[in-house]
Amino acid sequence: MAQRIDVTDLNVYYGSFLAVADVSMMIEPRSVTALIGPSGCGKSTFLRTLNRMHEVIPGARVEGKVTMDGVDLYDQAVDPVAVRRQIGMVFQRPNPFPTMSIAENVLAGVRLNNRRISKSDAADLVERSLHGANLWKEVKDRLDRPGSSLSGGQQQRLCIARAIAVRPQILLMDEPASALDPISTLAIEDLIHELKNDYTIVIVTHNMQQAARVSDRTAFFNVSATGEPGRLVEMDDTRTMFSTPSVQATEDYISGRFG
Amino acid sequence: MATTTQRPAAAPPSTRDLLTRPDRRRHLTDRAMQGVVTLAFLLALVPLISLVWTVVANGIERLSPYFFVVSMRGVFGGMDAGGIYHAIVGTLMVTGFATLISVPIGLLTAIYLVEYGRGSLARAVTFFVDVMTGIPSIVAGLFAYALFAVFFGPGVRFGVVGAVALSVLMIPVVVRSSEEMLRLVPNELREAAYALGVPKWLTILKVVLRTAAAGIVTGVMLAIARVIGETAPLLITLGVIDSINYNLFEGRMMTLPVYVFRQYSQGLVPCSPDQLDCIATINYDRAWAAALVLIGIVLLLNLLARLVARYFAPARGH
Repeated sequence: MAQRIDVTDLNVYYGSFLAVADVSMMIEPRSVTALIGPSGCGKSTFLRTLNRMHEVIPGARVEGKVTMDGVDLYDQAVDPVAVRRQIGMVFQRPNPFPTMSIAENVLAGVRLNNRRISKSDAADLVERSLHGANLWKEVKDRLDRPGSSLSGGQQQRLCIARAIAVRPQILLMDEPASALDPISTLAIEDLIHELKNDYTIVIVTHNMQQAARVSDRTAFFNVSATGEPGRLVEMDDTRTMFSTPSVQATEDYISGRFG
Repeated sequence: MATTTQRPAAAPPSTRDLLTRPDRRRHLTDRAMQGVVTLAFLLALVPLISLVWTVVANGIERLSPYFFVVSMRGVFGGMDAGGIYHAIVGTLMVTGFATLISVPIGLLTAIYLVEYGRGSLARAVTFFVDVMTGIPSIVAGLFAYALFAVFFGPGVRFGVVGAVALSVLMIPVVVRSSEEMLRLVPNELREAAYALGVPKWLTILKVVLRTAAAGIVTGVMLAIARVIGETAPLLITLGVIDSINYNLFEGRMMTLPVYVFRQYSQGLVPCSPDQLDCIATINYDRAWAAALVLIGIVLLLNLLARLVARYFAPARGH
């Protein structure tokens, strides 16, 4: 069910401010693509354009093309809500719905959309999604407890379970482990490895080692100065990027000489 | 040689010294401010306690099951009779109808302001809501009367007119409190819902409103408490009546505040000495008792609001 995304000549604006310029890249299906770069280089902004989440911010707009399986996501006829059902997202801070239990959080994508689901199907979906997020063993005895009763790392895996419960093709992750301790981070990274078999994953991270550990391909974004747009510097296989990058700035950033 | 130069160079103060040196000034200021704050609190409490005490002391005597279940129909002079049933009915019906008008309008306005409103229209709405907050209640009463007089002719008086007058006072309070509660809902939750492919209207309905429900209910209850004691606009729009009226759409209605006003303004009853069942202060007694009931209703509403708010409150861990 995973599909590829092609981005061509993408410019992202906030009002009249050009935040990200001239990005073209190909995101392979069933692989993990990591976006790295210094703060403010537009990698999160770029990530959010992939499922039209940036439109939530007033004044944000894009130029260029983002196609999934040949369909331009920014075509007039495309419904952004439908796009987000196919391209799920996990955020930096775990954000389970505070009014819902663990099970209800997993079912949120179904219930919030007013779709009917039988009790057994619901229980099935909860179990499968929580298994998928490696959380089932830890919470199976307290599914009716509030989602906020879990630890930060568990909450983040709950959010991943919630995202995969709507069965998207692609999963976007915006620094999913940056608010977590090393052990929870490891759990998330293991999970990303497993999810790669079924989903196309794009992950933004500030952690170089994480990018090296989890991703197949890495894209390096940079910004020349504040007020300038962020640009894609280079993109290659992660191994190549971390050993012999073709651009000096990439090597400087990865080896910690700046950023 | 100046004396100062003869002193040995001052040794740097020891750590013990630095940590234990008394700061008399700060301690005194702290004490003084604590005293002022406590005093202010006690002062604020004085009128409240005195008010509750006076109302209870004056009103409790007249309270009886009988007082709750009869109206004032056929009661005259200093008769030891009469009750507030018609006024309770009127107050609950008119305030209830006013709430029915105000909550949808107020809540939808708040949703517009928080979720959709941009630019000059939103600013204008906010401005007029602020203006509405300051409308004197008597003006609201005159407005409702004038509005209905256009359709029903002069002298129009029935329940809905009063409810409209009250809702003019209620709407801005509901808008303001709901708006604040909606703004408190973290944007992350909206984004979480959008990312699951939930359309905006369902996100607002099932995530934003649900998360803010406890606060919104509290705000609505406060708005009700604000208008349930209104007298002037109801005197204009509902008039005064001694018997029970269950129909909001026809005829005058009594309400508790107007009842209190009416009884109190009738004053002492001139009792002739041979009338044994004549109570000279009966009107005052009824007024105080009705006032006590009104306070009781507001108190009950507040308790109810707390219960409902607790029911809707986001679940806490452990």
